[in-house]
Amino acid sequence: MFGLDKKDFRLLLLVAVLVVLAPFLLNPFPEGSAMAQFNAGYPDLMQRFVIFGIFAIGFNILFGLTGYLSFGHAAFLGVGSYAAIWMMKLLTMNVIPAIFVSVIVAGIFSLAVGWISLRRSGIYFSILTLAFAQMSYSLAYSVLTPITGGETGLQPKVTDPRILDGTLANGATPKANLFGLEMGSSFEWSVGGWLFTFNAGYYVAAIVMLVAFYMSIRIFRSPFGMMLRAVKSNQQRLNYTGLNAKPYTLAAFVISGMYAGLAGGLMVAMDTQVGAERMFWTASGEVVLMSILGGVGTLIGPVLGAGAIKYMENILSKINKEILHQWFAFMPDGIEDILVSLVYPFIGKGWHLTLGIIFMLVVIFLPGGLVEGGQRVARLFKRKKPAEDGPDGKTTPAE
Amino acid sequence: MSKMNLTRRGVLKTGAIAGAGVAAPTIFTAQSAAAFTNEPTGSSVTLGFNVPQTGPYADEGADELRAYELAVEHLNGGGDGGLMNTFSSKALQGNGIMGKKVEYVTGDTQTKSDAARASARSMIEKDGAVMITGGSSSGVAVAVQALCQEAGVIFMAGLTHSNDTTGKDKKANGFRHFFNSYMSGAALAPILANNYGTDRKAYHLTADYNWGYTTEEAVRTSTEAMGWETVAAVKTPLTQTDFSSYIAPVLQSGADVLVLNHYGGNMVNSLTNAVQFGLRDKLVNNKNFEIVVPLYSRLMAKGAGANVKGIFGSTNWHWSLQDEGSKAFVKSFGTKYGFPPSQAAHTCYVQAMLYADAVERAGSFNPCAVAEALEGFEFDGMGNGPTLYRAEDHQCFKDVLVVKGKENPTSEFDLLEIVEVTPVSQVTYDASIFGGELGSCNPGA
Repeated sequence: MFGLDKKDFRLLLLVAVLVVLAPFLLNPFPEGSAMAQFNAGYPDLMQRFVIFGIFAIGFNILFGLTGYLSFGHAAFLGVGSYAAIWMMKLLTMNVIPAIFVSVIVAGIFSLAVGWISLRRSGIYFSILTLAFAQMSYSLAYSVLTPITGGETGLQPKVTDPRILDGTLANGATPKANLFGLEMGSSFEWSVGGWLFTFNAGYYVAAIVMLVAFYMSIRIFRSPFGMMLRAVKSNQQRLNYTGLNAKPYTLAAFVISGMYAGLAGGLMVAMDTQVGAERMFWTASGEVVLMSILGGVGTLIGPVLGAGAIKYMENILSKINKEILHQWFAFMPDGIEDILVSLVYPFIGKGWHLTLGIIFMLVVIFLPGGLVEGGQRVARLFKRKKPAEDGPDGKTTPAE
Repeated sequence: MSKMNLTRRGVLKTGAIAGAGVAAPTIFTAQSAAAFTNEPTGSSVTLGFNVPQTGPYADEGADELRAYELAVEHLNGGGDGGLMNTFSSKALQGNGIMGKKVEYVTGDTQTKSDAARASARSMIEKDGAVMITGGSSSGVAVAVQALCQEAGVIFMAGLTHSNDTTGKDKKANGFRHFFNSYMSGAALAPILANNYGTDRKAYHLTADYNWGYTTEEAVRTSTEAMGWETVAAVKTPLTQTDFSSYIAPVLQSGADVLVLNHYGGNMVNSLTNAVQFGLRDKLVNNKNFEIVVPLYSRLMAKGAGANVKGIFGSTNWHWSLQDEGSKAFVKSFGTKYGFPPSQAAHTCYVQAMLYADAVERAGSFNPCAVAEALEGFEFDGMGNGPTLYRAEDHQCFKDVLVVKGKENPTSEFDLLEIVEVTPVSQVTYDASIFGGELGSCNPGA
């Protein structure tokens, strides 16, 4: 269906089911229980999962297929965000024009950056993109303060023109909406001890993510995707056959830049604020981590990686010493303190350390990322050897 | 590559699914019954402490968190009660807030607005925090303040010095106890004129972001009003660590005062560079060359070491103050942690107390009721003398300390000495000069 073969369609369906049921799946523990700390089913984090999923899917089209490692993708995310917030300030708080324009602007910007950066490959390409991203960040942070708001960033204000919207009711604040449906509005369903939150913004972002995921599958399976893989496996050979690889890589670069812009626009739609830090090089590095952690060149990998990193950033970093003491309270005092001091470096502000360790373990033992881990587990439970990989999105060298 | 097989059944199915999808959003219009966001219904109330635990201001963040933990302890009746004993309002009983035990959640702002907002949103959406407080930079404060306004919870700003927080970006749900750039300038200028004369030529090095701009602007305006001349104002990148290339031109410019509009690590490095260049031993225009740092903190003075000796600056609060409130706070903080608190710790502790007190006086956690209780609230005994929470912009007005690096420090904490306590009347300004709209309070829900 939808022009996909059976296997890909099953994958799309699986992702769709996971995304729709996320409010249940991410809130497995009842409210108020000790484990509720690990619940991730609140609107902000669910939105982040799908938005960074889009970002990583787009990055994977470039990195996974062509092998060009861009170290400046956060710049496109940031440019998209600024475009979106200006749409909200000038035009309307409806998210459609904001998202649309963010994709266009990010596309144009990535065309310019890609045009220059793609003159080189390998590490030089990475450094060029990194330089562009850092330039964008510095500009946004200081020189372009009148447009970007500098350190304080931009937010919609009551006094903004917003020519398409009617005047706000007295005392009302501008809220992002989709034809009147506010992105922040949620429906809460309390069952037993559980509380499930269904957030409008999350489902809007989720639908966009499913479309983005579908498009990514189509790109992976298309002749164009095959050309991109050819670029990755041996660009020289491709040149000798008389093909110019540049238009293909540039197209991939622009597509992935537009994905990043889409993610940036959605971030603004969900949380109407932009800051320049969004373009900092660590943000560019993060999406590289997401792709590698999940599995470069696989369809679902980057989404898993994005989820894993955002989960750690938002859940692990909030566990503090008090909570640890509560967990280990049943132990005798001495042992409790020892356990707390053993675990403490890995939680709270130490979440980076935990992420680093997991990243190292994945790179060393599961070079294919979490997806490879999943495949190995699946293989354990299958009786007969699965059919060879074929077009499942795994990158197999051409020779 | 693409094939479309249209069947009657397929079309019907798709139509049904699409219909369900379109209908689904209507369930979101359901409103919850609570009167305001995160109304505490159980026997406890949750506050959100959102501080930088990683990044350039992690030191301040750690001290802020210590102060919050101390405040929670005191609110719940533990410890020695701290400032509750000296606070002019006696609404707090030491039995939590309105009889509800105070619990808290912590988060890491990373000194990034995105991360700070993510962490604040998770506190509001997941942990049910009814108030968010903390932060150690103005960008973060402005971003989180706007979020709290949208979500309908109270935001009590931590360390944020830019005029914007209660100026052009002020919000009805946000409150700031800390002083701002304008007050720094107004407090410093007379002291500088007294000590260095009124015919000085100043050279500004300014960190290239919002806080730097507002501080430069404030110091410039107030010193020029005293008769100083501004020779040049050069912006330095925030990430700069070596300022020698910026210091060298200062001497050629004919300036005899260098103003460092830098904070944190920036200031430590630029001041160290300037002193190493021997600027302070120079004689320009027959006057001793001087250096001024508009915003001082003990943590910065510690970083710059002996270089801070004799250098003027302003600060919100200092632990060596001898009023009852300050002494009580230093005592309970010192007893618990073994060293005196920083100004960041002080402002955060006071903000938590002020919030709790406002809830008690209002008799409700409703942000609108709390805001009303805070607006125009006059209090004393919190370490800064008589203080007013101005209703027009939710900024606290109180005395400002002008300090200078101590010549003979007796310990690693005794680095600054108070030169003068500038009375509040001298630093008060009209609420409308920075523009911005306060809006009206939002209780959420």
